[in-house]
Amino acid sequence: MKPAPFRYHRAPDVDGATRLLAELGDDAKVIAGGQSLVAMMNFRLARPRHLVDIAGIRELGRLHRDADGGLRIGALTTHHTVETDPTGVLGTGFAVLRDAMGWIGHLPIRTRGTVGGSIAHADATAEWCLLAVVLGAEFVARGPRGERRIPVADFFLGYYTTALAPDELLIEIVFPRPAPHAALTEFAERRGDFALVAAAVDLDIEEGTVRGGRVALGGVAAAVVRVPEAEAVLAGGGSFDDCASAAAAAVEPPADASGSTHYRKELVRTLVRRACEEAKSR
Amino acid sequence: MKEGKLVGRSVARREDPRLLSGRGRFVDDIALPGMLHAQFVRSTVAHGEIASVDLSAVRHVPGVVAAFTADDLELGDITAQLGRPLSEYVPTAMPVLARDKVRYVGEPVAIVVARDAYAAEDGLEAAKVSYTTLPPVTSEEAALAPGAPLVHDEAARNTLVDVSLFATDGIDEIFASAPCVVHVESRTGRQNALPLETRGVVAHWDDREEQLVVQTCTQVPHQVRTVASRSLRLDERAVRVVVPDMGGGFGQKCVVGREEIAAAAAALRLRRPVKWIEDRKDALSASFLAREQHYQVRAAFGADGRILGLDADVVCDMGAYSCYPFTAGIEPLMASAEMPGVYKVPAYRVRGRAITTNKAPTAPYRGVSRPQYVMVVERLFERAARELGLDPVEIRRRNVITDFPYTGVNHITYDPGSYLESLNLCERLVQDEGWYEKQAAAAAEGRHLGIGYACFSERTGYGSTAFAQRKMQVVPGFDISEVRMDTSGAVTVTTGTMSHGQSHETTMAQIVADELGLDIAKVRLHQGDTDRITYGWGTFASRSITVGGSAVRLAAAKLGDKLRAIAAARWGIDADEVELTDGAARRRDDTSEVLTYEDIADIAYLRAHLLPKDIEPGLAATATFDVFTDGTFSNATHGVVVELHQGTGQVEILRYVCVEDCGVAINPQVVEGQCRGGIAQGIAGALFEQVTYDDMGEPSATSFMDYKVPTAHEIPDVLIHHLETPSAFTETGAKGAGEGGTIGAPAAVLNAVNDALRPTGVELDHTPVTPETVHRALNLEAAS
Repeated sequence: MKPAPFRYHRAPDVDGATRLLAELGDDAKVIAGGQSLVAMMNFRLARPRHLVDIAGIRELGRLHRDADGGLRIGALTTHHTVETDPTGVLGTGFAVLRDAMGWIGHLPIRTRGTVGGSIAHADATAEWCLLAVVLGAEFVARGPRGERRIPVADFFLGYYTTALAPDELLIEIVFPRPAPHAALTEFAERRGDFALVAAAVDLDIEEGTVRGGRVALGGVAAAVVRVPEAEAVLAGGGSFDDCASAAAAAVEPPADASGSTHYRKELVRTLVRRACEEAKSR
Repeated sequence: MKEGKLVGRSVARREDPRLLSGRGRFVDDIALPGMLHAQFVRSTVAHGEIASVDLSAVRHVPGVVAAFTADDLELGDITAQLGRPLSEYVPTAMPVLARDKVRYVGEPVAIVVARDAYAAEDGLEAAKVSYTTLPPVTSEEAALAPGAPLVHDEAARNTLVDVSLFATDGIDEIFASAPCVVHVESRTGRQNALPLETRGVVAHWDDREEQLVVQTCTQVPHQVRTVASRSLRLDERAVRVVVPDMGGGFGQKCVVGREEIAAAAAALRLRRPVKWIEDRKDALSASFLAREQHYQVRAAFGADGRILGLDADVVCDMGAYSCYPFTAGIEPLMASAEMPGVYKVPAYRVRGRAITTNKAPTAPYRGVSRPQYVMVVERLFERAARELGLDPVEIRRRNVITDFPYTGVNHITYDPGSYLESLNLCERLVQDEGWYEKQAAAAAEGRHLGIGYACFSERTGYGSTAFAQRKMQVVPGFDISEVRMDTSGAVTVTTGTMSHGQSHETTMAQIVADELGLDIAKVRLHQGDTDRITYGWGTFASRSITVGGSAVRLAAAKLGDKLRAIAAARWGIDADEVELTDGAARRRDDTSEVLTYEDIADIAYLRAHLLPKDIEPGLAATATFDVFTDGTFSNATHGVVVELHQGTGQVEILRYVCVEDCGVAINPQVVEGQCRGGIAQGIAGALFEQVTYDDMGEPSATSFMDYKVPTAHEIPDVLIHHLETPSAFTETGAKGAGEGGTIGAPAAVLNAVNDALRPTGVELDHTPVTPETVHRALNLEAAS
């Protein structure tokens, strides 16, 4: 469990990082907190010839609200920073982010792991991917051709695959508006494991009544997915039970040693209902 | 024993200041000048003949210093023997490196030695091994099927052990006429004992001592010395095994591993220090595994709930090789000999088998078959209680042994224990916390709470005779201790046991300090060094405090006799007139007359001319201890409350109560640590951990993502209550406390789960019980 040989490069700033990535080509990999990449390298499942370390780029560590109420999270912000929210920037509008952090691995992982790293890695059960999808985030990427904003709908392409170009760096995640009635929940055999199934919902509530909402699931497909069938139930004034059933019926999760397709669908039902109830009670 | 000052008290662990401040020294902390790092080329197929091994490219990888195959090193095989006829036991050889054939994925084929661990792994990738693959045997069914491929040519039907130890006359008639016969079939998952510290070794040749020094984390240093010397064809004197601090073993390190011998051979060949640290991937998939067994057991009961007979068939999947020194017999023999346990079973029949398959080999793991058979027997009692309409605790009350000593149908004599008392107390503790009311209230809300118990005993302090009865050819019974006092009055104690987390530096010192009336700070324990320790069997089978602790106490008492004799001679009185307290000898008739231990040591060493003629200079005493009875049984009852979650199938443990009796607890805090750790491992087996293999013999678990060892979040706090039935067979009254937690937990947890499932009509008898299984049981109606 020692990695294959590689060269280490420390990027001084974002432009330096993208320059290095352009120069080194496909053999290079970005490393931030290293919580996924290093394990894969130790198993020699990932064998980058070059590592470009962006951990020292201070401009990527900012967590702040913008003028129109959105939240901007620098790519190098750690899960632990969001969990503890030392400046109180999340408020009630983004409390869902803070509360979701407890599901990510364990404290040492949250202390090193970064928001941008998690999203760029694009695991189909990752909490940040789920939050981004359900809350309609936008991603700011910068490369040799300049900066661009990528809507979440265009970002996650499949198993561990995103719209980021090899020489592009994810620098910021933008959550455009507060989500006071959102919740994320999941189930795994052990706390801190990758979820068997994870569910997140963001409800539109007016005067105590659910008018609609967004439902996202992890662990049921190659990437995190929205579930329009379940959202239609919410928009139509259906019950959380019906919403959960619609979600379970809409997906066909792959079976593996941790759970059959049927069991995962049942978990979808349980977790969507649970997430709806939690979101409503906020 | 004299009124103890320290024995029975939770003296702070003397290991802790070192370990908690990062000043311990584990194998991986050892760095020697010029040290090289080893890794192993491992088989990628489960079953195959080795067509060729080509290491030429390996030797050209930058940083690689050497690479050796079995032929290069010419090592003797490791063969574990059992004194039974071939019809009962087939000995098989385990080569240090696979020579002609590979028998599991991960089997070591060649060793690569490099300047660092990174280069060693680069070297592995350059190895070219080609196999002529054979069909793998990956299950009991496949192993026993007619015409099955043979893992070892000499083992027909892939059977290494087939023994029928007991068959009471007329047992078939008892079952035929019994009012109630219940049956349990149970399969238990293949587990990994999972010491936090993986296996490892640093070996080097010492030219000055003409010795191969093997620093390794083992529970059995002298056994490693024996195998290393035989395999490398050296005198035992020429091998010194030294054990530094250890991060657990749980049995995985009480057998001799192949890698430590191969690394030692490489060090000998290269005349350079060689380190091998097992990485977690190899530890999970290619180390010694444990526990995979299959039970089919019937029990006959009278209408009053009294057990009439037990009829058992046990098959243990030992994997590819018989472990040294215990052999593949350890699990079937343990289950066969001990299964009746705490119950008065009048008739008993058992067949125990060990089969070999193309999976990583197994080693004893904390509890050794007892977690499994206790679970099966406790399930049988629960099932009988249901059939007979009896309370599950009441049916146990009617059957537990209450008159001691009791000689069972298995010819074992049980020394006094608190079987009934622990059962009653455990039930009362659960009742007093209101769990039965909470269960009823939960049921009314549609929630699923269950309460389960396990009542069991555990033979500890196996002496030479007990192991010899099992026909072991290596009989790890006795222990030797030397207690030596220096001129400053400080004491050095040796033990042949090997603490790998059991706190012997504290508990053994408590025993010596009490015996000699000495400040515990003056006592230092030495263990795990074959040059310092005369001989020893190490630590396993909950033997250390019973056997080792007794030897320690006897040696300390002998030294005490000498201290008294010297003081008595100085005072011209009888030795009986001298007592030892507070670091000094005192006249009983005049306590102002004092000779401190420094004073006595001064005479014994520096002014020996003052000694009487019949007393030799020096202050040292050696004693041995062995158990000539059937050993001493500790016992416990565990009570567990679980809630099953309808929507996920999650099993949540709401309460865990353990009432244990290990006789005199030398250090209650240490005993409680053993209980808690053992219970955690028992819960792991019941609900979480399993290594599965696919049809090609590929193991599923190569990281903690797949091998689901529970964490602090899944393990509940445990309420522990102590009872004390002192052992008459040990010098301190102590019974072993190392394994009980692991033994009781699977049964208690499984019974609680089944209690919660009672309304569904589903009973679960296989482990681990997964959330999906529970979810299916809870939602049967919805599904149908």
